Amino acid sequence: MSRTIVIDPVTRLEGHGKITLQLDDAGVVQDATFHVTQLRGFEKFCEGRPFYEMPNITARTCGICPVSHLIASSKACDAILAVRIPPVAANLRRIMNLAQLVQSHALSFFYLSSPDLLLGMDAPPDERSILHIAHSHPSIGADGVALRQFGQRIIELLAGRRIHPGWTIPGGVNEPLSAEKRDQILGMIPAATAAIQRTLTWFRGSIEKFSAEIEVFANFPTLFMGLVDDNGLAEYYDGALRFIDSEGNIIAGELNPAHYSEFIGEAVEPYTYMKFPYYKPLGYPGGTYRVGPLARLNLADRCDTPLADVEWRDFRAMSPKPLLSSFHYHYARLIEMLHATEKIEALLADQSILDKHVRATASVNNLEGVGVAEAPRGTLIHHYKVDENGLIVWVNLIIATGHNNAAMNRGILQTARHYVQGKHIAEGMLNRVEAVVRTFDPCLSCSTHAMGSMPLAVELRAPDGSLIREVRRG
Amino acid sequence: MSAEPNVRTLTINGEEISARSDQTILEAAREHNVGIPTLCHLEGLSEVGACRICLVEVKGARRLLPACVTQVAEGMEVTTHSPKIDRYRTMILELFFAERNHVCSVCVANGNCELQSLAATLGMTHVEMPYQYPQLPVDASHPRFTVDHNRCVLCTRCVRVCSEIEGANTWGVMGRGATSLVITDLKEPWGDSETCTSCGKCVQVCPTGALFEKSRAGTKVRKHPEFLPYLRIMREGDQP
Repeated sequence: MSRTIVIDPVTRLEGHGKITLQLDDAGVVQDATFHVTQLRGFEKFCEGRPFYEMPNITARTCGICPVSHLIASSKACDAILAVRIPPVAANLRRIMNLAQLVQSHALSFFYLSSPDLLLGMDAPPDERSILHIAHSHPSIGADGVALRQFGQRIIELLAGRRIHPGWTIPGGVNEPLSAEKRDQILGMIPAATAAIQRTLTWFRGSIEKFSAEIEVFANFPTLFMGLVDDNGLAEYYDGALRFIDSEGNIIAGELNPAHYSEFIGEAVEPYTYMKFPYYKPLGYPGGTYRVGPLARLNLADRCDTPLADVEWRDFRAMSPKPLLSSFHYHYARLIEMLHATEKIEALLADQSILDKHVRATASVNNLEGVGVAEAPRGTLIHHYKVDENGLIVWVNLIIATGHNNAAMNRGILQTARHYVQGKHIAEGMLNRVEAVVRTFDPCLSCSTHAMGSMPLAVELRAPDGSLIREVRRG
Repeated sequence: MSAEPNVRTLTINGEEISARSDQTILEAAREHNVGIPTLCHLEGLSEVGACRICLVEVKGARRLLPACVTQVAEGMEVTTHSPKIDRYRTMILELFFAERNHVCSVCVANGNCELQSLAATLGMTHVEMPYQYPQLPVDASHPRFTVDHNRCVLCTRCVRVCSEIEGANTWGVMGRGATSLVITDLKEPWGDSETCTSCGKCVQVCPTGALFEKSRAGTKVRKHPEFLPYLRIMREGDQP
């Protein structure tokens, strides 16, 4: 008899979701779907608010990456003001965005995924947590905590608080950086760099153990999208959008992010609240693309800092073409942390970072504004329309996790087909299905900009749709 | 004639004090360093007794009385703090929060809001009344200022300062009870008001984020209502 497995909730994710696996009579997975089971509604309830409240309101989409929303939203508001913000303000925002990248990647890698990587996918579920890692691998656990603290502390020094800081505002930032705080941040960099390098050494050494997972963890051709600077180097705050195909060909090189709607479409599926963005010229699902650390390192010509560039070359040397397995998101995350740390140091080394003129003021000069930046999980787009008084009349948010939605669903099917077979379903099989989702580090609260909370579930269903087994957590 | 008949002796919290006969309980109490919380009261403006946060017990009175509009009397026995008074004040404060949409985390006045400070001072931990979630407009038509009715507590400080200090009488109140709104002229958009001088006094005296300066949004805005008594004295000095 065929059956359906439900994993509900999927754990060690940011948000609530469930996975349904459809098995046939022989116990072979026929279909797999990832449902995001929350709805929040930011796009609707922001209507009527003054546009300059948007950074603060949309930051509440997420407690992990509020900075990403602050940045994209502030940039959309800059466009409404039609100002060029002071260069120092842009660089201060850059530093905060990179600090956010480090802390968020540390959360994903160490807190959420390191138990799978250190203890193995088949380890008992009650051991697969950062608390257990703190006992079993104390130095790695300590590095994880320290790196997250490093990112959060920089955000706090710049903006006054770690979560939902109100420092980034339309036109710039509301307070310049003091020399004392700059020195404090610079003082933290050597330890952070060393911790990332230790982790990279360990991870590189253990990657072979996961060759089976690498084969089937969302390992298929898709496009990749991300920001690059004028020289084609990895960029997180500004720049142009680049699409490459799975062969590494640049299929669109210098797309203006403000015109995203000309090349990104959004499809809808009935089983989830999360939309499916796609590259319009190739249609849906042919235009499926991935964003985030793996995409960025695949599509950029290189990073632009010395240590990260060495790592990037080793990373890309694993394949003559773009790396297609989503398992490599983990590796890419570590390289990006190193790059971000070096970049923060370089930005702080420039004396102009202490300039006092950090804000441009203006009133409403455009009735529409788009702000795009690279969030830890990928490209984040905020798009607002306002009336002549600056009250919001329309909002569209395309979130990093959303871009990866189609690839995540296909990845779950691929992994489930490989691991979930037969009458008896071992816990380790289901953990791999969850682990493939974790490689993308999805943030489901953000992706639905929605109402509610977020645990995850896996359902095992019969061909007639009847529920056979459900694994539910959270 | 001596000034003696103008002096009244009363007790506040059991302590005997003297006050001028034209003083309110609030004035007498503050002169003797007895703290009474207030919201609609602002030194330099007339009193309206609108918010009732300053309720006190007066022996012999059947109900609590607002200290800002109750004049002192000979032999009066006033209590400013008791469990009953605290309960009433907190309940009134909760009603303010439930009546409109006060979302501190995204408010321009966060950290510099008198309503927020009162909640902290009075130890308001939660709101027991159901929130009303009224759908109220935001008027951003003025080039410099915005009024967000969602955050208005109807203290009428803006109405009073506009009339009593600036003399423009732009602000008024329409409607009744909880559905009242402060309005500019005859409910025209603020930006179209012909009487508004754009002096910004209403913004400075507003206790919450209901009135604010657009250019200051996102910065740590501290309002400066303390200028009022000086302005008043200067104006009175100009009188012939």
